[in-house]
Amino acid sequence: MTRSFAPDRSILKMALSHRSLVIGFLLTAFFVLLALLSLVWTPFDPTKLSIATKLKGPSFDHWFGTDHFGRDMFSMIMVGARVSIAVAFVAVGIGIGLGVPLGLYAAARRGSLTDEIIMRGNDLVFAFPALLLAIMITAVFGPGAINAIIAIGIFNIPVFARLARGAALSLWTRDFVLAARVSGKGKARISIEHILPNIANLLIVQGTIQFSLAILAEAALAYVGLGAQPPLPSWGRMLADAQTLISLAPHMALFPGFAIIITVLGLNLMGDGLRDLYDPKLRRGRG
Amino acid sequence: MTAYLLRRLLSLCLSLIAASLVIFLVMEMVPGDPASFMMGLNADPAAVAALRSQLGLDAPLPLRYLGWVAGLLQGDFGVSYTYRVPVSELIAERVVISLPLTLYALTLSTLIAFPAGIIAAARRNSFADFSVMGATQFGVAIPNFWFAMILVLIFSINLRWMSAGGFPGWEAGFGSAMKALTLPAIALALPQASILARVMRSSLIDTLEEDFMRTARAKGLSRSQALWRHALRNALIPVLTIIGLQFSFLLAGGIIIENVFYLPGLGRLVFQAITQRDLIVVRSVVILLVFAVIVVTFLVDLAYAAVDPRLRRHRQ
Repeated sequence: MTRSFAPDRSILKMALSHRSLVIGFLLTAFFVLLALLSLVWTPFDPTKLSIATKLKGPSFDHWFGTDHFGRDMFSMIMVGARVSIAVAFVAVGIGIGLGVPLGLYAAARRGSLTDEIIMRGNDLVFAFPALLLAIMITAVFGPGAINAIIAIGIFNIPVFARLARGAALSLWTRDFVLAARVSGKGKARISIEHILPNIANLLIVQGTIQFSLAILAEAALAYVGLGAQPPLPSWGRMLADAQTLISLAPHMALFPGFAIIITVLGLNLMGDGLRDLYDPKLRRGRG
Repeated sequence: MTAYLLRRLLSLCLSLIAASLVIFLVMEMVPGDPASFMMGLNADPAAVAALRSQLGLDAPLPLRYLGWVAGLLQGDFGVSYTYRVPVSELIAERVVISLPLTLYALTLSTLIAFPAGIIAAARRNSFADFSVMGATQFGVAIPNFWFAMILVLIFSINLRWMSAGGFPGWEAGFGSAMKALTLPAIALALPQASILARVMRSSLIDTLEEDFMRTARAKGLSRSQALWRHALRNALIPVLTIIGLQFSFLLAGGIIIENVFYLPGLGRLVFQAITQRDLIVVRSVVILLVFAVIVVTFLVDLAYAAVDPRLRRHRQ
């Protein structure tokens, strides 16, 4: 755990020989590239309606077929990747940005009232499943991608706060932290300069896992109409559209579903791989 | 144990109060006045004021909160703005679908996960282990509502074995009601079964490497005897926690699955309430689900402490 995150050559070599890490990285990279590419190019305009070509199966022109409005499914999946990844990225960012400082602060003041309040607050947020949180937020502020981000983000805060606190607590008893304290450094400075770099690996691994959960959560919210709103394509929304037409045009349900599965699978494999890399003890039996 | 129990009970009460406060305050932030919404655009202001007073909306915030909590304690959730019937009636009608669905899915998840996890752990690094672990990787990556749609495509549309949705009601007979809940329960159970199988596997592997297992083998027990008699019971502790947590995931996840299968459960109720801005219903369903999660977590904690006495002392 104390190893720094700087990728030296031996880690790189280990990473390249780790099969699931490589596969996971490639799958994730593929969708990230697809999302980036959609910023400058898609085969068709994903919002352009063309009733003449509606519900067409996969063909040379339309690789993944068209939907009930004749929109090109492949282009929609490209833009959907962008929406999914952006929502998940910001939501996990909120979790890390607020959760990690809270966790570090609680660990630095372990046993104090502040520590207790932070941890009980975490428990409270944990009691609200992400979906219920999203339902409440949407009931108050209305549906939309931003509110989905807030809901998933809030759910991520206690995840990172607990992780950071737990990892930081064990570090506070270590000699190098004691040395830093003897040299006169304050708790905040020690947390930032000594604790944080040592828990970065753990945070990255957890971040990858939370990222995949956020993609699933975003798809679920969009599916029930609480996520990104039309005409912005999103994978969950595409599946909601496909539901009533599934016997007529199964491709409308299959491709967005595959996109979600492959992205989440990629992120999970990458998370598992990174965890193995940083903590070989866990290699045998991850839960 | 008594001191531990009292401490946990106090913390349970505090959690319930905090959760109710959060839900109440968040729902108070909703712009717009329910009374004017119910009376329509052209309502007489005096009539709106009378309705506000009838609904207790003109009382100060702390009084409204206390009134609401006092009502909750007596099972009175208030009156739905749109249906004009007590919310408790609406919830009672729906809970008889959502709760059995959750329990059905939890049972399926456990029935799938236990054998899968045990086989994977007992035959570590074998083909069976790789197959189980590979399947669980897919299981956690598949969105359950998508899986639900695929189940409908295969079993309802192509094979015509099951209905694609709807619920005949319990009065139609236990068999046909359970049949209507089967595809939804399978869809809900899949990701949870995958998680549970992985936890079961890793917990069992950890236990199999403990010293007492070596002792059991040294005493002359065969590998499988040692596994069934000693390892499994010890490995179950973390698995029980996950099962407890899964109850809340399944209860909340059911909200989505009910939409796929048009099941008239709590999930359908809450989404209809959102579109109709019937916030008293949204608030009631949310608090009910959150309370269920908090209470189940509490019970799991107690079960945990009962199984492992060390936890009573080293709780923090």
